[in-house]
Amino acid sequence: MTSEISRRNLIKLGVAGAVAVPVSARGQEEPQPVQPPHHQAADGQDVLFFFTDPEARFITAAVDRLIPADPVWPSASQAGVVTYIDHQLASGYGDGAKMYLKGPWVPDAPAQQGYQLRFTPAELYRRAIAEAREAVSATHGREFWELDAAPMDDVLTGLETGATALPSLPSPVFFETLLANTIEGWFADPAYGGNRDMVAWRMIGFPGAYAQYLELVERHGEAYHREPISISNSHARAVHLSGHGDGG
Amino acid sequence: MARRMQSVDVALVGGGMTASILGKHLAEAGSTVVALERGDMRDTIPDFQSPSMHDELKHSIRHALMQNPATQTLSFRNFPGQRALPMRQLGSFLPGEGVGGAMVHWNGQTWRFQPEWFELKSWVEQRYGADFLDEDVTIQDWGITYDELEPHYDFFEKVAGICGTAGNLRGEKRPGGNPFEGPRQNDYPNPPMKTSHSGALFGEAAAGLGYNPFPVPSANMTRHYTNPYGAQMKPCMYCGFCETYGCEHFAKTSPQTAILPFALANKNFELRTRANVLRIEWDRGSKTATGVTYVDASGVEIFQPAQMVVLCAFAHHNAVLMLNSGIGTPYDPATREGAVGRNYTYQTMSGVSVFYEGGKRINPFMGAGALGTAIDDFNNGSFDHGPLGFVGGAYIAAYQTGGRPIAYHPVPPGTPRWGREWKDAVAQNYNSTVSLSVHGSSIPHPNNYIGLDRTYTDAYGQPLGMLTYDFPYNDRLMSRHVTQKAWEIAEAMGGKSVAVSWLPDHYSIVPYQTTHNTGGTIVGTDPRTSVLNKYLQSWDLHNLWTVGASCFPQNGGYNPTGTVGALAYWAIDAMINRYMKNPGPLVST
Repeated sequence: MTSEISRRNLIKLGVAGAVAVPVSARGQEEPQPVQPPHHQAADGQDVLFFFTDPEARFITAAVDRLIPADPVWPSASQAGVVTYIDHQLASGYGDGAKMYLKGPWVPDAPAQQGYQLRFTPAELYRRAIAEAREAVSATHGREFWELDAAPMDDVLTGLETGATALPSLPSPVFFETLLANTIEGWFADPAYGGNRDMVAWRMIGFPGAYAQYLELVERHGEAYHREPISISNSHARAVHLSGHGDGG
Repeated sequence: MARRMQSVDVALVGGGMTASILGKHLAEAGSTVVALERGDMRDTIPDFQSPSMHDELKHSIRHALMQNPATQTLSFRNFPGQRALPMRQLGSFLPGEGVGGAMVHWNGQTWRFQPEWFELKSWVEQRYGADFLDEDVTIQDWGITYDELEPHYDFFEKVAGICGTAGNLRGEKRPGGNPFEGPRQNDYPNPPMKTSHSGALFGEAAAGLGYNPFPVPSANMTRHYTNPYGAQMKPCMYCGFCETYGCEHFAKTSPQTAILPFALANKNFELRTRANVLRIEWDRGSKTATGVTYVDASGVEIFQPAQMVVLCAFAHHNAVLMLNSGIGTPYDPATREGAVGRNYTYQTMSGVSVFYEGGKRINPFMGAGALGTAIDDFNNGSFDHGPLGFVGGAYIAAYQTGGRPIAYHPVPPGTPRWGREWKDAVAQNYNSTVSLSVHGSSIPHPNNYIGLDRTYTDAYGQPLGMLTYDFPYNDRLMSRHVTQKAWEIAEAMGGKSVAVSWLPDHYSIVPYQTTHNTGGTIVGTDPRTSVLNKYLQSWDLHNLWTVGASCFPQNGGYNPTGTVGALAYWAIDAMINRYMKNPGPLVST
């Protein structure tokens, strides 16, 4: 990454493809696996604003079954997904700021009519976690996070299919919300608390927020190896903004 | 008692594409014009700049540039008799909110409808016989012909700087273009986009099967371009952040980049933001609109008197405004009578994915909203429906729009939805999958319409619009036919496996499909079955006009923006050269 030089100016010189964004024509230089710095979170990054400690344990265990660790790439919680979900639930999303929240409510509406529960996302998590913990306790006599992987997966499958009934809401609605939020946190910009060190982007080869491929889009099949860049990369931001003196 | 503003010649409801076009030309013709936009001002600088613009969570998932359902939404049901329930979150479609409207966050895929689409009922009867279709296929003629609209398509393409290859230049077929398009008097103003890896793989397989691939006409610029207004646009960088994003590069056509500055430069034009129009006021005696009532940013109700009112809101909202104003006869699905709200149509979307071995390197993030290779061999006017029993069709395209990973992480069928196996499959397939879109037409059905909800209200206390919609049988037949063809092409693309996403049995408000909502205030030849005459003028109040996709009697198998733009210039021509010289109905009843 030639971060000292504005890529915009390089494009004017017609060398953007050659200099700013290295592409291997040989295609043999696969990126090396990168383990995230698990315990290098910045000050305050792991502070939870919404989840209580038991709730955080539940969600940590759950998201780590949805996206488990493997020999190369970390688990969801190792990548910060619990922090991500917590911060989302503590913000406008959790409060349903962009949801139509007026009644009357018809919670058993057909799926085609979409979400019809009375709960905001934050209320949904709080209630569903409490009720799921009770269901697990009644069946297994333990907390969800104390189970082995296989019974954990059985519980999650029960929530996904509705086989594990919760008293006050359809369990698949909670499961689908959790799965969607987990994938969001896994792939969203690291500025939101998940995808730490851009591990999810590295896993698939997505280069991130800063991007221009004018010179590369017709070089079909070439491997593209560039460090991903997040929106919080202050150096890239400064370089980018410096290119705007000429009006874009 | 509402505050009263100084009267203007023209009040435009909305601040998006059609309001920008009308504002520019009507102000230039000497009218005083005010455009009332419900959202905020926003512009390329500073609002659309990266890095914050390239934030998938904020823009694609949390809908930063779109309508907020907490303020205003629709209720929805699949069929009359079902209980309509509010759309509590955005999903199936994403109306814009704020200056520029949905044209800020569109992809830029800019098509024309085929000539016969404007005379569809007559065309079907003539070609296939009066008994060919079931009576529930309520297609109509527009009253406008392709030839009448062609000069306006042409001018809109120049304003928007569309990039493409002509396939039919004044009747002469041209290699590399779409041989099934209507005759065009001029080539596109700019050359086509580059060819993506996805597009090359699709194009090669399609050509091998005897089809006619061509580059999708694009509003993502391919070179520096100055439009007829003087707007200077810049080449697209293929950054992959078009749809649901504003363009930071001045490279995607929007009101801000191409049109609006030239309206704002005229002292006759005023853009008033945070002005949410509640209703059109009208005089029952003279049957004329007298202006509009809106609520301003601080919550004060204001009356804006106007000699003429033009509805330029997002498609379905034009019908809702007329219904909330008591103008015209609301459509009733029980009697099939009434015009306002009838013929709501949408888009019939399906798709096919081709999974390759991991070394394929599609690089899906090297994209642009309209970066695609398409075939039009299965759109309505391109093939014989005789043995098939339906009307309509679809284009098939391989788009490479960006590969943003929250929304795009394809896995082969049979992969679990979560867990280690899912994670491995995502890692293996992200960069080695090609997706084909089947972009189908949408035919009206008597059950599909826009009404008013009796239970739910918006933040202003007004009834929500109520959408009743399901996929008509005709469109399900059409989709099955063309999706089958897409599947055959996909099988010829050399992948290791193929997955088909068929049209679901029933329309759902939940998954994103397209923001191509059409109909509700349709044009036509008969005031009993249309809201507007062929000039887009209300049959009921001659000084009320509507410009937008809400005017389509049926939606073609194409993205609607090109036709919306052409209709805007068509209506302006009638307004300035005929109506304003002698106000009154341009078509007698």
